[in-house]
Amino acid sequence: MSPALLLLVACDRGFSDPDRAFAAPIEGPPTYATTIVAPTTLGVVDTSRTDVHGTPIGVGCATCHGPDPSQAWAATPGEPFHTGVSLRHGNNTCDHCHDPADRTRLHLADGTSIEMGAAIQLCAQCHGKQYTNYQHGAHGGMNGYWDLRQGPRTRNHCVVCHAPHDPAIPVVSPVLPPHDRYLEPPHDHL
Amino acid sequence: MTTSDDPDRRNVLKAGAVTLGAAAFARAVAPVTEWVDGLSVDGFLQKHYKELSKEEMNDILRRHEQKTADEYGREVQIQDVRPIPGVQFAYALNLSICIGCRKCAEACHQENNHDRRTNNSYIRVLEMTQGSLDLAHGNPNYDHPVPQPGKYYMPVQCHQCDNAPCVKVCPIEATWKEPDGIVVVDYDWCIGCRYCEAACPYHARRFNWTKPEIPADEINPDQAYLSNRIRPQGVMEKCTFCLHRTRKGRLPACLEACPTGARVFGNLADPDSEIRWVLENKRVFVLKEDAGTQPRFFYFFDV
Ligand code: HEC
Ligand code: HEC
Ligand code: HEC
Repeated sequence: MSPALLLLVACDRGFSDPDRAFAAPIEGPPTYATTIVAPTTLGVVDTSRTDVHGTPIGVGCATCHGPDPSQAWAATPGEPFHTGVSLRHGNNTCDHCHDPADRTRLHLADGTSIEMGAAIQLCAQCHGKQYTNYQHGAHGGMNGYWDLRQGPRTRNHCVVCHAPHDPAIPVVSPVLPPHDRYLEPPHDHL
Repeated sequence: MTTSDDPDRRNVLKAGAVTLGAAAFARAVAPVTEWVDGLSVDGFLQKHYKELSKEEMNDILRRHEQKTADEYGREVQIQDVRPIPGVQFAYALNLSICIGCRKCAEACHQENNHDRRTNNSYIRVLEMTQGSLDLAHGNPNYDHPVPQPGKYYMPVQCHQCDNAPCVKVCPIEATWKEPDGIVVVDYDWCIGCRYCEAACPYHARRFNWTKPEIPADEINPDQAYLSNRIRPQGVMEKCTFCLHRTRKGRLPACLEACPTGARVFGNLADPDSEIRWVLENKRVFVLKEDAGTQPRFFYFFDV
């Protein structure tokens, strides 16, 4: 118990039933895991068509860009199959991120080829500050438990919030404010 | 009045009960219980929260669950969720990231069983002019796409102050600071004088002018006595850092709902926690520092 905590308890009105004052202590190290949720469509191109159930039909990169290096065509903006890709991301070109030797993969600045799902490493290379913040929970948010001794946590992958080709967060319409006629405007208080 | 110098509603009422006899007392308070909607004689005689035994607390919880079933048509579980030993809660918000979408306010509204008619929430989001920290000119009622150029957004909720003015002004100890830092209100004990509302420099407390209206299927049944159980008419309420969730290790509803990841919550007493990292590595500030309130709610910008 920290000294501050003791002090707080000391100057409070006490509990007549001390068993009611606190919950049971949580013992042991944090045992639950943090899972990073990546889009299931990583490495899939949307065809803007749906199947009979209304599920979007995607084409895996590997359908065209197979393991044979001769299928790793040079990427050019606006090539017929990828007209939907419009790049608004600094001065990047396709090959800054996509592995020129294997279009099913990405690559780092030193040429190391990485899986699509490992895209965080790619983002981290150029956005070190946000990545550091992310690793400490100060960017990117989380869901589940603050206390990993009590339950697990999920976190969003960078590309869940930032479309890699156009990573700026889009403008949204806000939820309506409270419309309580009794809630005085805060101007005289704040 | 009582002989005790501790202002205590129970003693005042018990003295009455002793001289009148229980039946006569029930008759005597009947007009009051009719006037204050839903207040029973049992409720009137209830002891201070901290003086209740486990059994007494259980009776009260079951009585409230029954009341919710009768009045709102919904089975709920109301627990007396107590602090985890060694945990000190704090919250931080990254103002460079928040886009003002009010999803946090909406999540609060749903999680905490707020009155649907007023769309009440413990969170107010202020639209601020970039470069200014002048809260008086923050606009809480904006209704246009966000973020706007030249603006930033500042969600404001209870700061769970260590030196809380609201707690000090309460004449009957119906609101107090818990050992994990959360300032709570006992809605059964509050007399609705609203001194605390006036004392709060952050305008974080709300008054239940009317009995909250919530459709049965929208009620969050996971409730705690000191947090999100449906409040009666005529009492104060405030953000409790979702203690019914956070004291079980979960994140607050407003944090989970934030689509931008602007919010950081955790245990200050844990040197490895995210909140500690933010306090140690970001230039955090508190609102109205000169008020001496010592908030547990911090803001920062990415620089
Ligand atoms: C900043 C790194 C980066 C750049 C630059 C980039 N991409 Fe991507 N691209 C990604 C990542 C990461 C994914 C997988 C993410 C996903 O699917 O959500 C991806 C996915 C794709 C996909 C799969 C479908 C889709 O839209 O998600 C295609 C096709 C694609 N990129 C083409 C291109 C083309 C063509 C260019 C150049 C005009 C380009 N990319 C530039 C990182 C980049
Ligand atoms: C090769 C370097 C590089 C890589 C890899 C890279 N970025 Fe960027 N990113 C940039 C540059 C350059 C800018 C533009 C910065 C500026 O305008 O100041 C930028 C801008 C951004 C922005 C700000 C956009 C805005 O307009 O607000 C975001 C968000 C972002 N990147 C996210 C990502 C994510 C997510 C990834 C991984 C999928 C990624 N970046 C990968 C170089 C990179
Ligand atoms: C929960 C959603 C979310 C996740 C996940 C996320 N970000 Fe962000 N990011 C944001 C928001 C919101 C902003 C602020 C954008 C704005 O103000 O327009 C932002 C801003 C940025 C910026 C621009 C900063 C600037 O100063 O303009 C970069 C770069 C960035 N993020 C990179 C990343 C990287 C890298 C990751 C993964 C490690 C990541 N983000 C994960 C939501 C997210």
